[in-house]
Amino acid sequence: MGMGSNMLLKDEVQMLRRVPLFSNVEPGKLKLLAFTSDRVSYDVGEALFHQGDTGDAAYVVLDGKADILVDTPSGPIKIAEVEKNSIVGEIAILCDVSRTATVQTTTAMEALRIRKDHFLKLLTDFPEITIEIMRVLADRLSHTTSELSEARSRARKAD
Amino acid sequence: MEKSIARYIWTHTRAQQLWILLVVAVSMIPYFLSFDLPKQIVNGPIQGQGFDQPGATQTFMNINFDLPWIGNVALFDGIELTRMQTLFALSLVFLLLVIINGLFKFYINTYKGRLGERLLRRIRFELVDRILRFPPNQFKRMKGAEVSSMVKDEVEPLGGFTGDAFVQPALLGGQALTALFFIFMQNAWLGLIAAVMVGVQAVIIPRMRRRLLILGRERQITARELAGRVSEIVDGIGTIHAYDTSNYERADIASRLGLIFKIRYDLYQWKFLVKFINNFLAQLTPFLFYCIGGYLALQGRLDIGQLIAVISAYKDLPGPLKDLIDWDQTRQDVQVKYVQVVEQFSVDRTIDPAIQTIAIKNAGVLKHPLAAVNLSLADDSGAKLLERVSVQIHPGETVAIVGSAAGGGDVLAEAFARLVWPESGKVTAGGDDLLELPESVTGRGISYVSADAYFFYGSLRDNLLYGLKHAPLKDAVYEGSRATHRKWQINEAKLAGNPHHDVNSDWIDYEAANATGDSDLFAPVLSVLDTVQLSKDILDLALRSTVSPEDHPGLAEGIVEMRHALKEELEDAGLSSLVVSFEPGAYNTEATVGENLLFGTATGPSFVGKAIGKNVYFRSVVGGSGLDHILFDMGYSIAENAVELFSDLPPDHPFFQQLTFMTADDIPTYQLLLQKYKGKGFDVASEDDRGAFIRLAFRYIEPRHRFGLLTEELMAKIVDVRRQFHDGMPEDLRNEIERYDPDRYNASASLMDNILFGRISHKHSDGSKRIRSIVSSLLNTLGLLEQVLDIGLDFNLGAGGKRLTAVQRQKLNLARALVRRSDYYIFNRPLPGLDHRLQDEIVRDVLKLVRRDGRDPAVIWVLSNTALSSLFDRVLVFDRGMLVEDGTHAALVENNGIFKELVSS
Repeated sequence: MGMGSNMLLKDEVQMLRRVPLFSNVEPGKLKLLAFTSDRVSYDVGEALFHQGDTGDAAYVVLDGKADILVDTPSGPIKIAEVEKNSIVGEIAILCDVSRTATVQTTTAMEALRIRKDHFLKLLTDFPEITIEIMRVLADRLSHTTSELSEARSRARKAD
Repeated sequence: MEKSIARYIWTHTRAQQLWILLVVAVSMIPYFLSFDLPKQIVNGPIQGQGFDQPGATQTFMNINFDLPWIGNVALFDGIELTRMQTLFALSLVFLLLVIINGLFKFYINTYKGRLGERLLRRIRFELVDRILRFPPNQFKRMKGAEVSSMVKDEVEPLGGFTGDAFVQPALLGGQALTALFFIFMQNAWLGLIAAVMVGVQAVIIPRMRRRLLILGRERQITARELAGRVSEIVDGIGTIHAYDTSNYERADIASRLGLIFKIRYDLYQWKFLVKFINNFLAQLTPFLFYCIGGYLALQGRLDIGQLIAVISAYKDLPGPLKDLIDWDQTRQDVQVKYVQVVEQFSVDRTIDPAIQTIAIKNAGVLKHPLAAVNLSLADDSGAKLLERVSVQIHPGETVAIVGSAAGGGDVLAEAFARLVWPESGKVTAGGDDLLELPESVTGRGISYVSADAYFFYGSLRDNLLYGLKHAPLKDAVYEGSRATHRKWQINEAKLAGNPHHDVNSDWIDYEAANATGDSDLFAPVLSVLDTVQLSKDILDLALRSTVSPEDHPGLAEGIVEMRHALKEELEDAGLSSLVVSFEPGAYNTEATVGENLLFGTATGPSFVGKAIGKNVYFRSVVGGSGLDHILFDMGYSIAENAVELFSDLPPDHPFFQQLTFMTADDIPTYQLLLQKYKGKGFDVASEDDRGAFIRLAFRYIEPRHRFGLLTEELMAKIVDVRRQFHDGMPEDLRNEIERYDPDRYNASASLMDNILFGRISHKHSDGSKRIRSIVSSLLNTLGLLEQVLDIGLDFNLGAGGKRLTAVQRQKLNLARALVRRSDYYIFNRPLPGLDHRLQDEIVRDVLKLVRRDGRDPAVIWVLSNTALSSLFDRVLVFDRGMLVEDGTHAALVENNGIFKELVSS
């Protein structure tokens, strides 16, 4: 594993500050966030969660990489990648739907697991995080929209 | 049931009542003899009557009778005794009479008591027997607590009354008549006065008591209703909390208590008024004697000696009379109570006792097909639930019933289960009316399951096998004193009209569960539990429980062996970091500092909770090593961190869940403590404050809390102190802690802890889930699963099964039916709490399971999920109480009828 297993709260706070989502949150609050979330590690090829599971937590990736996979009749398709310092799994928590995709590690991974009720409390307590989450979601939406229009125009050409 | 209590008692205790009357009559002889004796002692030897000369003697114990026609019969001529000898002889006779009278009293009272208790037992049993035979709709109107208070409390006075029911009036009446007769003998006129006064008393007092009886009845009803309301509060406590109606309930209870108080107070007032008048009337008679008798005597028309004799004879009248009136009061009271209860238990259309006759072997077979014939069902208000439905279910058929919520399919299922009785038409099995067949046939041939499951207080196993307990199949074997006791039990049961089936016999019908006995019951039970997906829950219950190795021989050894197997298994799967084992010479980073120090489970009071901080030995070890200073500083840092993190948060913030070593209320306390000891240390701290900080350190787990407080050096020190602590343990404390030993079973830890013998690492997000599935499969391969599940089956379900979740209850309810062999299984929306995926799996598996071993039962399943109807041979569609479609799934889909609408919606 990339990191020492004796990772401490203060190191986690340093890492959380590098996550864009939390860059504007003051360190004291980040420490609280780190303390109240579970520190989890995964091996290569392990799934953080599966598509269709009920969403009970969001994950902040401290180190490592993972694929986002969607089940289709012809097998799973990779639709995106999760990088270090990003957040994943927040949609199922926000919208109360089951997991829309499977997240499977491609390297060993260290992550913070934020439970659903804690995450929602975090959003109400710290507007700066909420705004950041909105920005991330909006970003993804515009990304998806442009991919969709690209795919449509490709499909039209193929007709 | 008999309406009059006197007749009821007479019918059941006639012979005993006559016997006790006879005994009472005989007991009068020594009783009256003992009255005369004191006079003889005083007059004779003491005052010297008949002993005028010194040395004079008298005949003692000359027993002879003057009998008519036969003449004088001398049984014993007697012996001559001096004055002193006579004194002792007469005194001894007096003592003897006292003993004889006492023994008579003892015998009579015990006999009457036993008579009463037997009758009480009989009547209580009869009442419960009636409950078991009530028609189903009766239960919609009665409250359990009210019925149980009737059976338990309201009939109780009957027992006390039974012994006195006939003896008392005979005895007292006799005494009163004798006294009256004496008065008549002295003077007819005065006798007449006394008789008239008695008559007045006998007329007025019972009249006045009529009101008492009314009040008594009210008291009984209000008390019963109170019992009903209290049990409603217990049952409905969730609803009360949810709607904040606790004060409404308080008001209701208070007003009921007020009413009961008023009734009881009225009762007292009347009771004492009646008593007053009664006493007055009793005293009025001597007034008349003095007044009128005195007048007559002064006039010279009455002899003064006669008057005195009348007055002294009258002394014996009021006592028995008063007791007689009291007896009458009790009689009426008991009669009222009895009638009240009997009325409640007199219900039309009770089930014929013959239908519930016990059938040990050969219950008979249920004939085919099961059919509804022109069946109409209605609810309590008379609304039609089902209209003229005729349908036949043949053996081996699987039938799905679908329809709208009030379609009527569910009530048809209830009618098949005899839970609702037809309004018109009937339910038949092979042409026989189902309601006229013995329950031993229908209750075994048909298994019914609905969502509302009732479980009896007891273990999971008892409830799972409940449906197999129809009759005592194998008698319990008793030896020695227990055999004598059993004989007594049977005899007593017969005398009180109770059945004497032995609850300790083996009632389980193993054959119906596909087994031959207790030993091979596990396999069929497990397959049922697997089918309803309950085995995992039961395994979890078992793993969480603490078991004593003595109760489960072989298990402890197996579990200890399994520790090694588990380690290997985890290593093979590359998951060895999932569990951090306890090792005597190493620090376990996933356990708390306290656990690492103690390295065992506290079993005695010295080491449990806060007591450990006060334990002299423990403190001497920790203090001697200087660890207390280190732990104090550590606790100080933990408090600093916690206060920094949490001091801004409101106390109800969900983040506090994560704070395992203190509560939100502790934060301000520690804030103060931190200020108090800032820059100072252990040495200045008070005893309590030291404890407060060291306690925090005790609960610290580095990988979880991540404050960076544990160094290699400290861990080594803790392990060293642990060694000292255990090595130097004084003899008297050795039994108070069970040390972690890799080769021994720890009887005070849970089964799961014993298997893991370590802590699950916090680093794996679903560590405990994974471990559980590994443990479960390992238990299976090692052959321990049966024993462990057996422990889970011992789990006590609590009142009404409330210690299980709603979903678990529904699964258990289904399992309880599937364990039995039946010709017809009727499932009436048995699993509404489960999600569709699970329902689907269970329905498929159940349909497979009932066909095990070549059986061919019919299955009738009222489905809440219409989509599953394709799994069945035949589909019945109900709409507004009518059977609207009947056919195979494919045919109905073709049909374009209601079924198609239901499926598509």
